[in-house]
Amino acid sequence: MSASSEPSIVIVDDHALFRSGVRAEVEGLLDVLAEAGSVEEAVRLIGEHKPDVVLLDVHMPGGGGAEVIRQVARTAPAQRFLALSVSDAAEDVIAVVRAGARGYVTKSISGEELAAAVERVRDGDAVFSPRLAGFALDAFAGSVPEAEVDPELDQLTMREREVLRLIARGYMYKEVAQQLDISARTVEAHVGAVLRKLQLSNRHELSRWAVERRLVD
Amino acid sequence: MASAAEPLREGGATRRGPLRRDPGRGIVGGLIAGLGNRVGIEVALLRVLFVVGVVLSGGLLLAAYAIGWAIVPSVDVRGRLVPARLSGWAGRRGLHLGFGVGLLALAALLVFRELGLWWSDALVWPLVLAAAGAALLWGQSRSRVEGRAAAPELPPRAALTRQVEVGAHEPQEPSPFLELYRGGFGIALVVGAGLLFLSQNDALGGARDAAFTAIVAIFALALILAPFIWRLGRNLASERTARIRSEERAEVAAHLHDSVLQTLTLMQKRAGDPREVAALARRQERELRGWLAGDRDDSGGGLASALTAAAEEIEDAHRVKIEVVSVGDCDLGPDALAVVGAAREALTNAAKFAGEGGPISLYAEVDERRIEVYVRDRGPGFDPDAAPADRRGVRESIVGRMRRHGGDATIASAPGAGSEIALTIDRESAR
Repeated sequence: MSASSEPSIVIVDDHALFRSGVRAEVEGLLDVLAEAGSVEEAVRLIGEHKPDVVLLDVHMPGGGGAEVIRQVARTAPAQRFLALSVSDAAEDVIAVVRAGARGYVTKSISGEELAAAVERVRDGDAVFSPRLAGFALDAFAGSVPEAEVDPELDQLTMREREVLRLIARGYMYKEVAQQLDISARTVEAHVGAVLRKLQLSNRHELSRWAVERRLVD
Repeated sequence: MASAAEPLREGGATRRGPLRRDPGRGIVGGLIAGLGNRVGIEVALLRVLFVVGVVLSGGLLLAAYAIGWAIVPSVDVRGRLVPARLSGWAGRRGLHLGFGVGLLALAALLVFRELGLWWSDALVWPLVLAAAGAALLWGQSRSRVEGRAAAPELPPRAALTRQVEVGAHEPQEPSPFLELYRGGFGIALVVGAGLLFLSQNDALGGARDAAFTAIVAIFALALILAPFIWRLGRNLASERTARIRSEERAEVAAHLHDSVLQTLTLMQKRAGDPREVAALARRQERELRGWLAGDRDDSGGGLASALTAAAEEIEDAHRVKIEVVSVGDCDLGPDALAVVGAAREALTNAAKFAGEGGPISLYAEVDERRIEVYVRDRGPGFDPDAAPADRRGVRESIVGRMRRHGGDATIASAPGAGSEIALTIDRESAR
């Protein structure tokens, strides 16, 4: 882990009020390099400042957070994003996660929790809120036709399901580790694997959510 | 057609929108390529068909191509719209261009006539006249619609460049005189073509060809009226859209006034009580969310929405935050109702004793076999074996209720680590 000084971030949100709110809350915990209010501004500022993590609003005019990820990924595929949203709708969350965000938290999260989540994303881990865990369980519930199943991507392992269920029940990562009697690193690994499946699997639940979102925008 | 068509894909509308020439991919004027874009047929096939058509029609199709080239606007390499050659018809350049195109078409026709690729004078000349008249009428109807959409301060040429997808609101008529003149000229051309055709076929004299006369007359009439009817339909549609929009806006305004503004006023009054303000804000947020989700997600009536409703009620009553996550759903049978009742007790319990510690989590999972609900709080926790009497009472009611319905409830807690109540029950269908 490269737990050096405080992680640097760029805040992307079309509401100035919200940006300054976040900035005030993470004061001293995170190093805010810049704020962007539109997709174009975000792409430019992220390219200029190269932050450790981009805090990304899901809903923005001009394609939303998913569009920012797609454009930045052309020049800087390694850039890490954490999605932040007031929306609880599965299609919003899944669309931005499938575009490449490494996690999703709701805007009601506290400053400390947000800082911890950013740190985790900076270190290459995934951040699952209880709600995202619920979506993942929903998406991978039920069976897929045998012929189409890619066990690597289209199904969760028993352990991954257990981890997700505990997160959905409101357990912190270290509490999950305690409960399952595994190390925190192993929990991280399971969550990372689920993120990969969420992003790459072609299960129709996931595609459907993502497609619905793009049509709505 | 994949690689060459790439730039057009940028604005998906261009591919399925109105007919546009596509000189980037075309050989001569891009008309066939544009047609291919529009109807989604392989361009090469269209080209072959076109050549065959030119020969079969004695060159008429070539004239049609020239007219099409002149009046159909084109897109440039980036998919942007370029005005039609003849869209600046009133302008000097447009007039010259139109004149030149007309002469060229005439020359081509004469050449074909000399070469013997010809049907008969009686058919071709009236058709040429009719085509010219129809082109004028159509052009007029199109430019009027486009003129309306353009901003008033734009010069005419720039104004015509604006792409029109839906009829717009500010009518900006071109000079009525010019319009009348052009319209009258077009009608005269079409009618004249019909008459010429009839006289050349000796149909005007004999009543035996009355039916034939009528058909030709109707054809000419249809050619004249079509653009007007088309425009009428378009105006009606755009009016309807505008009306629906304003109705929707009124509804949103009324809703915001009734709910959000009221809440904001209340919050200002109660500014001294943070918990009350937070509770008000949360209730408003929930209400607004429900309204926004509205018809999109009609999940009412199931276990998940019953649990959400219970959680919201307790949030309001105890001013705590409850995070609800549910996976799967089922109908509210007796077993599900028992779970909702027990979950409500558990939530109330957590809100009373552990509401200060942070949000309460409610997680529900339903599959074919069973229902599981977990209520977790971040309060001080307790030793379940040495529970205080008042808490034991609640516990009994939760556990007792679940057992009566054939389910079970377990409580896990430790001092300092919050507590979690797990409710499980097998579904009736699976028993």
